[in-house]
This record gives sequence, structure tokens and C-alpha cells, in this order.
Amino acid sequence: MENSDQIIQYILSGLSNGSIYALIGFGFAIIYNATGIINFAQGEFVMLGGMLTIFFLNVFQLPLITSIVLAVAVATAVGVVFERLAIRPLKNASPLSLVIITIGASILIRGAAMLVWGKDTHALPAFSGNDPLYLMGATMLPQNLWIFALTAVIIMASKLFFQYSIFGKAMRACAFNSQAASLVGISVKTMVLLSFMISSAIGSLAGIIIAPLTMTSYDMGIMLGLKGFCAAIIGGMSSGLGTVIGGLLLGILESLGAGLISSGYKDAIAFIILLLILFLRPEGVFGKKETERV
Amino acid sequence: MLSLTKITKKFGGVTALEDVSFNVESGTITGVIGPNGAGKTTLFNIATGLYSQDAGNVYLGEQNISRMPPERLVCLGMVRTFQNVELFGHMTVLENVMVGLHTKSKSGIFSCAFKLPGQRREEKSIRSRALKWLEYTGIADLAGMTAGSLPFGKGRLLEIARALAAEPRIILMDEPAAGLNSRETMGLAELIKKIKDSGITIVLVEHDMELVMDVCDAVVVLNLGRKLAEGTPREIQENPEVIAAYLGDG
Amino acid sequence: MTKEQRDILIFTAFGLVVLVTPLLLQGNYLLNVFVFIGINTMLAVALNLLLGFAGQISLGHAAFFGLGAYISGILTTRYAIDPWMAMVAAAVCVGVMAFIIGFPILKLKGHYLAMATLGFGIIMYIVFNETVAWTGGPSGMSGIPNLALGPLIFDSDMTNYYLIWVFTLLTMLLSINLANSRIGRALRAIHDSEVAARVMGVNVRLLKVQIFTVSALISALAGSFYAHTMTFIAPASFGFNFSVELVTMVIIGGLGSIYGSFLGAAILTLLPEFLRVFHDFDIVIYGLLLIVMTMFMPGGLIGGFEALAAAIKRRKEA
Repeated sequence: MENSDQIIQYILSGLSNGSIYALIGFGFAIIYNATGIINFAQGEFVMLGGMLTIFFLNVFQLPLITSIVLAVAVATAVGVVFERLAIRPLKNASPLSLVIITIGASILIRGAAMLVWGKDTHALPAFSGNDPLYLMGATMLPQNLWIFALTAVIIMASKLFFQYSIFGKAMRACAFNSQAASLVGISVKTMVLLSFMISSAIGSLAGIIIAPLTMTSYDMGIMLGLKGFCAAIIGGMSSGLGTVIGGLLLGILESLGAGLISSGYKDAIAFIILLLILFLRPEGVFGKKETERV
Repeated sequence: MLSLTKITKKFGGVTALEDVSFNVESGTITGVIGPNGAGKTTLFNIATGLYSQDAGNVYLGEQNISRMPPERLVCLGMVRTFQNVELFGHMTVLENVMVGLHTKSKSGIFSCAFKLPGQRREEKSIRSRALKWLEYTGIADLAGMTAGSLPFGKGRLLEIARALAAEPRIILMDEPAAGLNSRETMGLAELIKKIKDSGITIVLVEHDMELVMDVCDAVVVLNLGRKLAEGTPREIQENPEVIAAYLGDG
Repeated sequence: MTKEQRDILIFTAFGLVVLVTPLLLQGNYLLNVFVFIGINTMLAVALNLLLGFAGQISLGHAAFFGLGAYISGILTTRYAIDPWMAMVAAAVCVGVMAFIIGFPILKLKGHYLAMATLGFGIIMYIVFNETVAWTGGPSGMSGIPNLALGPLIFDSDMTNYYLIWVFTLLTMLLSINLANSRIGRALRAIHDSEVAARVMGVNVRLLKVQIFTVSALISALAGSFYAHTMTFIAPASFGFNFSVELVTMVIIGGLGSIYGSFLGAAILTLLPEFLRVFHDFDIVIYGLLLIVMTMFMPGGLIGGFEALAAAIKRRKEA
């Protein structure tokens, strides 16, 4: 009995980490669909979210909610600056150059964060206390509930945005065929910028809601970013349900693997899954296979 | 020399080619024409191993070459050029042609790194043969230039030189006259005839009717993924169906 | 003067400078830094074969470096195998491994290739940390013996300098030869247009895997040299940051330029020695360098020099 309690516990914590991976994966997918770029700096926006919130909270003594809003705003601004300075000027850049530039941006942001905030880990207070809740023999923190709820809200909101708003539709059009989209008067440039804005905003939100559970530091972005990418790749780089399932699946597998096999290899699990999928089914588990045209 | 039998290719739900068959006689120039979207380039991509067809076969001589990768087809004597000119832009003109001799040389990584005597000899021969092909196509004076900085017309010639360097039995050219001015096109026609006279079979996809009628021995007309007609240039010019297909498309 | 004669002349001059340098630096701590420049040059040249020539990125090359170091370390400290033999064993093991994983990895392109190599690098980094019984875990592994040739033991900065640089020069020479051969041309052809390279008969898939293997093998050798000259290794030297540092070296020097790789390795190894502040800023500076060089100087420093020289020449002629 105790064993199954434990498994429920693992699954719960896996789901909560998995929600975060799904959100980060969303960020990857949104930029990828708009530009064909895999933004290696995606994880840094997650880090920025957590660190900036703590910064506003501690240094300016602002209330939590104000700090969060400001943190998301600043992280989004960083995303905009990045797109403007490093992505937009490159026309017809090779994928190799884009990989190198986004990696450069990633370590630049990380390094700047280290200079500003130091190498220590910081904690963000939980949104509503730390009194554990009990569920089917497993304990859960209120923050886990916040994570589930906010993840659901963010995903619903982006779904609505892409499905019904004029900007969302335009972005989907660009992703489908950017030439045709520009012919009907959609500004592809604006849509690319918008994709960087949305994805850095979602990324920073993910970083904020996870920060009370995991602590946060200048270098947390790499691992989270890569796991988010893993979630997106399981989902076939769609900004839809596939990525959500991918994230949750990854979170559960990781948490079960860490609990039942070895905690030291916890991070390796995500990367082994990542490699297996890239090797065996690069279009994703839930993605459709496309015919490549020369 | 080259025969295609009942080639069918679908992209998703769209049928790009359906039941297309024809033969290319050894030592001739065959033109493949048709309105935009007729499936000409798709056909080339299938014949040269870049796409795989959903049904049908491609034979080179007696050998079934369906689904062979392009790098093997070169060894069997079939090369091609591209509509948009696919050069190695950061390499010199001479080096581009030297890559064309890749299948005519065999030094591996080890002998190249250690410059073994055999590799040195081979390298010399690659260089002189490449220069010969540049002279053949009339661009030897550009040997040291970076291929990416060539004017378009010269790029076309370079691509042909590079293809010839592989010493093919048959060469497939995808719209060789596209983007050329009339003087360049005339030069191209001369070059194509010269290549044919050296015994190499040629297949052209082409929009320039004047060129097709000038150089081709046989013409195949595709329309909407099907073969509409085939025959001598004269027969094709007088074929009412062909005229209708072209006029119908504007 | 033909291009070949010029290449020989440049290499001879470079080699002479390298061989004479330590005589001017006797007793100077910089000699030790120059040993590291040698090792980093080997690594940067190895990565350049893959990244600069074939145009295939690897964000996991530190893992091959680490594998070479650890295999050498484990074989010599635990099984008392001769260091030279251990080195050969390490190179062979890593070569075979790279060849096997090369096929699925290099099927991927661009961003996906970058992610896969990055994933591989991180998995290996975790393995270095977690297999404590073998590697000593995060606290590292010490007591790795020095290399020796008969009575000559490579245990001082001076002896190590010559040991490392003889092999570094050899690596550079072989890479230059390779670059100017049919294999080098085929690799650059893949970089420019994969489809055209295939149509010209280049077996793109196999050649990519082959050069990946060679690149990994040289990196493993560099790792062995590192282990035997340092006598102490720890996982921190073989992580993601070092993989990025290697890419930075190649980019700064110039994609496809062997001397550029030396230049990049020298700059990134020397800067922290001269600028103490660099220690805190290094990662920021790497990031900036990567972005700025890729955007404004895609040919790297060597490419920049060449463009400058060409511009001056044109001006003189005009």
C-alpha cells in the first residue's frame, strides 16, 4: 500500500513539473512555427521570470502580484529586444547561424543574470503558503495546485488566442505559409515579433510559478529549457495538445525514474527520451509525417 | 537508354504525376515540356532519385534504378542540373568541377590526410581534368573565382561543366535556359549540341520552345501530371491537343 | 608560387614559431597556458572539421574530450595500463562509439542536430558525475600517470609543451591536407548544397559520419593528453559550457580555417589569464562574441583579415 502511495506521490510531482515543461515547450513551438527557429534561449526566459519576480519582491518590496506582472513585462521586453537586435537583421540566415546566435543570446542572458544576481539560489515564497494538502495518501502543496490551474489557464488562453483572435489567426497563417500570408496583407515581421513576445511571456510565467517549489538561480534555464524542448518534440512541435501531453508524460517518466531507479540520473531520462524520439520519430509522437519537398 | 514506366507520384492528396511512361533513345536529345505545374521537375526528381515514386519504375539501360539514391546513379552514369542552379557557392569555380570528379577518384580520409603518393597523383589528375571541362564549356578564365559571385549565366555553364566532369552517359537538365538572355541561350544551344555529338544522351525540361524545337530530337509533353503527347518537334508543334493545353493555360 | 607551396611555407613558419616560443618563455608560467592552448587548438581543429567544413554543428564535443580523458585515466590508474596504450584504447573506443551514434545523430539537420548533440553531451556529463566508482564523481580523479618515452617523463611544463605541440602541429597539418583534398572539397560541398553534393556522387550520409568519427577521435586524443599532463580530471571540465566554448573558438577564428581554430583557441585561453575581470564576465563575453561574430564577421578573424588584405590590395591597384 505504501508503495502505491509513493507512486501517486511521484506522479503528482511529475505532473507538476510536467506542466512547466509543457509551458516551456509551448514557447518553443510558437517561435518554431512562426520562424522555423528553435530558440535555444527559451530556457533563459524561464529563469528571468523567477529571478525578476524575486528581484522586484525583495529589492523594491512590491507586492507579489505586481512583481509578477512586472517580471513578465520585463522578460517579454527582453524577448522583443532579442528579436529586434539579433533575429530580424538576419535575412536568409542559415540554420547554423541561427543556432549559434540563439545559443549566444542564451549564454549572454545567463551571464548577465549571474552578474546582476550572483550565483546563489533564491527562493520565491509560495503563492498561498506551504501547508500541505492530502490527496489519496499523497501530499501536495498549494503551489502544485497553482501550477496546475495556471498552466491550464495559460494553455486555454493561448488556444483561444490562436483560434479566435485576428492576431492568432494571422500567426497561424504565417506558420502555414508565410509568403501567402504576406500576400494577403499580414505583416510577417510583426508576427515573428509577436511570437517572440508570447513565447517569452509564457516562458517567464512558467519560471514564476515553478520558482517557489524548485528555488531559482541564474543557471536554471538550461535544463528547464531543454526539457521543455523535449516536451515540444514529443508533441511534434505543435502548440497544441501534443506538447501538453508531451510535457506531462516527460514529467511523470522523469519523476518515476528518479524515484524508482536512481535520482542521480533524473536529468538524463529527459535527454535519453529526447534522443530516442529524434532518432526514431523526429516528427514527434503526436505529429504528422510530412513529405519533404526538395 | 532511360525509360520510365507508369510513374505515379502523389503529394498528400494531390496527384503530381499519373501513369507517365516514355523512353529516351541513346544519343538523342529529348525535351520534356508542359505548362507550369505539369510535373516536369517532379519527374526529374524521381528519375534522379531525389523523390521516390508511389508506383512505376525507372530503367537506366537494362537496370532498374527505381529508389536508388542519387549518389549511386552518378556511378551508373546519370547526372543532372537544377532549375535554380545548385552550385557550391563558397568554393571556387575550379573546385566545383573538381567535386564533379568525386566518383572518378577514390582516395579516402586517411590517404588524403597523409598525402600518400597515390593521392597526390590523383589530385593532380583531378585538377587537370577539371580544367579541361572548364575549357570545354568556355569558362576556364573564371577558374579562380568564387562560384557564389558568378553571374547567373556563367553559373549555368559551371553547373553543366560540373555535371560533365562525372563523365555521364546521360545528363538531365532542368530548365537550362531559364534566366538566360538570348545570346546566352544561343551559346547554350551550341553547347548542348556539342555534348550530344560527344555521345552523351540528354534530357531537357524546358520552357523556351525555340530552344526545344532547335535542339531536340524527340519531345514529350506533360499536362497536369499526365503524358499528353510525344513525337518529333514538328509533330508536337502541329498536335491540336498540345496547342489546346498551352492556349488553355494562357 | 602555387597554393601548395604557400601552404607549406606558412605551416613551416608557424611550426618554427611554435617550437622556438618556449625557449623565450623559460620558467614563465605562461608556458603552462601555452600547453592548454595546444590542447584547445587540437579540439577546435577537430570541431572545425565537422562544423566549419561539413557545416554540421556539435554542441556535445566536450563529451568526447571527457571520454578520452576518463578512459585514459581509468585504464592507467585502475588497470596499470601503459599511458600510451590507454590513449590508443581511448581513441579507438571513442571512434567506434562516434561511428555508431553518428548514423542516427547526423541524420538530423540544423536545430535538431544541435539539440541531439547537446543532449548527448549532457547525458555523458551526468554519467561522468554519477559513475562515482569509476570516475570519482564530481570531486574528480587524481593520480593519473604522466606519459613517458623511455627515460624521458613528460612531467614539466617544458616537456609537456613539446609533447602537446608536436601532436597539435600534426593534427593541424593533417587537417590542412584533408581540407585541400577530394574529401575536404566533398565536405565543403555538403556545407554549401547537400542536394547538389549527392547528385554529384558524394555519399553525404557516410561522409558526415566519417568526419564526425574523425573529429570525435581527435577530441578523445586531446582528452587523453589533457588527463596525462594534468594528472587530475573532474567532470566540470567536460560540461555544456566547454562545448559552447569550443564552438566559440571555431567561430571566432573562422569556420573552415585551421589557423583560425588556433587563433580562436589562443584567444579564449589567453584572455582569462590577462584579464582577471574576464573570470566573472567570460560567459557574457562568449555570448556577445558568438552573436556579434555570426552577424557581422561570419568568416571569423581569419576571414576578416583576408577581406581586409583583399581590400588593401584593391586600393593599391586602383
